[in-house]
Amino acid sequence: MRKLSFDSKFEIIRFSVAILIALLLSFIIILLVSDTPFLALQKLYLGPIENLRRFGNVIELAITLSFAGLSIAIIFSSNEFNLASEGAFYASGAVAAMFVLSNSLPAIISPFLSILLGGVVGAVIVTIPAVLKKKWGASELVSSLMLNFIVLYFARYFINNVFKDPSAGYNATYLLPETAKLSKIVSGTRIHSGLIILIVTVIACVLFMEKTKWGFELTQVGRNRQFAKYVGINTSAIVIMSQVLGGFIAGVGGAVETLGMYTRFQWQSLPGYGFDGVIVAILAKNKPRYVPIAAFFLAYIRIGADKMATSTDVTSEMIAIIQGIIIMLVAATAFLSNTRQKMLVKEVRNNG
Amino acid sequence: MKDILRMENINKIYPNGVIANNNVNFSLREGEIHALVGENGAGKSTLMKILFGIEKPTDGKIFYQDEELTIDSPLDAIKYGFGMVHQHFMLVESMSVAENIVLGSEPGSSWNLDSSIQEAQAKEIIDKYHFQINVKEKISDLSIGLRQKVEILKALFKGAKILILDEPTAVLTPQETVELFEQLRILKAQGHTIIFISHKLTEIKEICDRITIMRDATNVGVYDVESVTKEEISDLMVGKSMDWNIHKTPAISGDTLLEVKDLTVLNEANIPTLKHVSFKLHRSTILGVVGIEGNGQKELVDSITGLTKADSGEILFKNELINSMSVNDIRSLGLAHIPGDRMERGIAADSSIEENMFATYTNDNKLVNKNFLKTKEINKWSNNLISEFHVKASSSNVPIKMLSGGNIQKVIVAREFTSNCDCIIANQPTRGIDIGAAKFIHKKLVELRDKNAAVLLLSADLSEIKSLSDSLLVIYNGQFVAYFEDASKVSEEELGKYMLGIEKQTELEIKRCER
Amino acid sequence: MDNFLSYLIDPEFLYSVFRVTTPLLFAALASVVAENAGASNIALEGIMIFSALFGAIGSGITQSLTLGLLFAICGGLIISLLLAYFALYLKTDIILSGIALNTLASGGSVFLLYVILGDKGSTSALQCLTFPTINIPIIENIPFVGEIISGQNLLTYIAFIMVWVVFYLLYHTKLGKYLRVVGESPQAAESVGLDVRKLKLTALLISGVLASLGGAFLSMGYMSGFSRGMVSGRGFIALAAAAMGMLSPVPTMIAAIIFGFADAVSNILAALRIPDEFVKLIPYLVTIIGLIVFSQIRSSSEKKRRKKVLSST
Repeated sequence: MRKLSFDSKFEIIRFSVAILIALLLSFIIILLVSDTPFLALQKLYLGPIENLRRFGNVIELAITLSFAGLSIAIIFSSNEFNLASEGAFYASGAVAAMFVLSNSLPAIISPFLSILLGGVVGAVIVTIPAVLKKKWGASELVSSLMLNFIVLYFARYFINNVFKDPSAGYNATYLLPETAKLSKIVSGTRIHSGLIILIVTVIACVLFMEKTKWGFELTQVGRNRQFAKYVGINTSAIVIMSQVLGGFIAGVGGAVETLGMYTRFQWQSLPGYGFDGVIVAILAKNKPRYVPIAAFFLAYIRIGADKMATSTDVTSEMIAIIQGIIIMLVAATAFLSNTRQKMLVKEVRNNG
Repeated sequence: MKDILRMENINKIYPNGVIANNNVNFSLREGEIHALVGENGAGKSTLMKILFGIEKPTDGKIFYQDEELTIDSPLDAIKYGFGMVHQHFMLVESMSVAENIVLGSEPGSSWNLDSSIQEAQAKEIIDKYHFQINVKEKISDLSIGLRQKVEILKALFKGAKILILDEPTAVLTPQETVELFEQLRILKAQGHTIIFISHKLTEIKEICDRITIMRDATNVGVYDVESVTKEEISDLMVGKSMDWNIHKTPAISGDTLLEVKDLTVLNEANIPTLKHVSFKLHRSTILGVVGIEGNGQKELVDSITGLTKADSGEILFKNELINSMSVNDIRSLGLAHIPGDRMERGIAADSSIEENMFATYTNDNKLVNKNFLKTKEINKWSNNLISEFHVKASSSNVPIKMLSGGNIQKVIVAREFTSNCDCIIANQPTRGIDIGAAKFIHKKLVELRDKNAAVLLLSADLSEIKSLSDSLLVIYNGQFVAYFEDASKVSEEELGKYMLGIEKQTELEIKRCER
Repeated sequence: MDNFLSYLIDPEFLYSVFRVTTPLLFAALASVVAENAGASNIALEGIMIFSALFGAIGSGITQSLTLGLLFAICGGLIISLLLAYFALYLKTDIILSGIALNTLASGGSVFLLYVILGDKGSTSALQCLTFPTINIPIIENIPFVGEIISGQNLLTYIAFIMVWVVFYLLYHTKLGKYLRVVGESPQAAESVGLDVRKLKLTALLISGVLASLGGAFLSMGYMSGFSRGMVSGRGFIALAAAAMGMLSPVPTMIAAIIFGFADAVSNILAALRIPDEFVKLIPYLVTIIGLIVFSQIRSSSEKKRRKKVLSST
């Protein structure tokens, strides 16, 4: 086996401690607020593996979170804080639903085109803040946050007016045609063929980031933009490319979620997947190959929290606190830095 | 005279593993001007940062008037009466001279700042030490020399008894240097002790009483300045006699490769830092550009390499206008570049050695197949370069930030020199690296020249640039002030006069570089 | 259309402009203080959520306005302290910390709401207090102007007073000077022994208090009580307002009023049977356009300056 470098060894320690602290925190919070703390803890940690259906829920959620995580990982690789993936998820879900409702294409072709269209919509949306920044120097963080709301209300207009099913009894589109929906692939669960699309996307992203010229250039741009310019990389093109790509993936994710999980499109507010993508990407250190693992971890504690909420007096939103603490600890460069320094001094002195 | 300050067995290991101070001892006598010399990276700045509380030592003790001190922050250092004037000024540009001088110990009410009291107190200290400076002026409107004075006043205002000056003359004009020295003598006469960090031996001989010499993170000797010669100091600094001893045949100047015509560049603050500059660079020659840092070298290099756009003028490479070309296009034409700011621009610190080497080869068919990386070939190629350029590293996958300065520079050179270049812009190629690496890079530069390439060399090291260059340009205040067709025929003293702007050749003489 | 224009000069409408500007102005000033000290406070949204929640619950339980306000400020400070601890002490990227804390606050507020009141949507179970409106003597009797300026909520007046307070703090006190030094040149601050971290902490705490006042206004003035999603991106709009105001209090106030105006216009349009969705997106659209226009003006004046210098050499 290859010997781990000093940095990777330390990273693993840091990561484990961060997760441990967060788990401990969840433990304390539950002890404080619950009348049945041990049942709550059991449901939180073991709920997701109680039966196949619930484990299926974890996978279903992990599919969506993986798309979101890949999207953000690729966008953040360029060191741009563009959060328009959130709006992209919503809009592409809505557009995918509207597309399949406005034609009667046969199975396979219909979802395929719909997902592709969702991807394009996502790419366009996420690219807007990047273009605004390039052209006018407007902060991509602020403009993407504003854009999310604009996209939400704009798309929702069509959902609630043009495509609204009056007989549904609530704001939602007509029933999505069966031909358009992604087939279930594991009986007893709702795991759908979006999983296959995800696997293909993950492999494509890993290859893209690790094996292509563009992925290489993107990595260098993110690590040191001055260096990238100096070696002749067209940094603005690479930045735009990463936003287009990240937006496309978010868009595919939104469409897959809609066609895989729902009978109608009925989101009335932003789904939050863009921000979830930030959590996943940070846990995965912006590396596509780790995204599915990070997404699985997040989906697991989310489903565990849901299970806990339905069986006990602790609400699932508790998990938001745990997540927040985990990301900040994982991203904290000075977290355990004293330990690192001590380890390093020892290592340097040992090596002469 | 007794020691007022002692630093004992100071060790410092930086988070990237670099040992900057290795059991260093340093002492200071009251009322002296004490020179601290050493090459870049010898550890003198680190030692002073420890004294001033900016860096914490890994271990070691500091005694001031025989009392052991713990200095956790600059605030502690200031409290003990230490003041530091940094090489890069620590001033707030948008604020006035008075606001900067009193910064941190504002007189009057905290909740109702009164600028007239501040100005009066600033004026008081200015008069006490016979400075001449307008307290109301904004720092951004001041010359470098005046800014330095504000820095010194800032320290004095806080009651500094020991002043640390980090390479104070590196940025000054000769007149300003003369003024500074007068000022330092006044301070000495008033009982202040001064640590003078420099590599300018002439200046040290002129103003300092004692000297501490550092090399490779250790103290290699303390002397009375009068008892050592410049040659001896230099030998101690570099470890052996610093004759670069470069073997090269006389240049046989070839075709014009690069031509710069009437080039003007503004810096970020919209100040013209390069003014109507013209020259030609021929094949098979090394043209040196020498000058004090900040006289337009950066802008010259950046505009030739495409990193900034020239504001006016023309740059022709191989008879093609490259003014508005991208960096990549200019590089593909056969121009390579060793940047002056190695850590900021020359490398991506978090990337591996291999990634840093490969960064300019993403269009190379041998290593990339239709945009897909040939991982195995790249790995083999980078490992070959590592051994060819004697980079000390266990593998090409090590993050480059783990290497020493010299080895990092070798990686940069390996990347730039092998890219089939016809012309190389080498900016401070050997700054702060060990002699072995420096000699290796010199040899490679001469080899390239002999293979019909052209080299534009920029360096602040006079002996290096003199022995390496075939012909030589001197840059001062954004313009060329002298041209020497044969670099070996000019003395360092003569160059110094041009670099400081004391002398200037006639337009006609300078224009010879446009031939 | 005529109908619409007549709404715009209606004193009731202009009155509402100041009303909706209030939370934006508090949050924008919060951003001004933090950014001047070189610490980007992206967590404004989260701070407002927590302070709105804590204020509503505090005033509802204690039936005291003062205690309610105190609760609101404490709630907001929880988030700013977390931001400061992670960003300044554990060196987490401050923007990532802000994003994380916004998510934490939006979920955490629901969690707390449920733990305390057993409700996941709002504090409707509690009788929450609101800050009083103030009639200004003499001015209230001036026709038109009086109708607009007088009779606003106490916190609205405080918001506009805060513009002056922040201005005075930044430019006339030692603390303010130090904050600007830390923001412009942390090295200069360190060189004279100023504690950069402590100063940034101070800025983030002041910023937290200001944003908390904005949150308190939302649940104890604009509305009576907290409901989920009530902050709805105001923390983000405030960031845009501060950026447009070049981090200076008075221009920031003007930018906040522009966004408040857009928000108020959307309320009129809602009354004019324009689809709800288009009405709701107006403030965000105006913000983005404002951001572009401002950035455009700044970059073109920069170019002009460059040209001028060049022609004079």
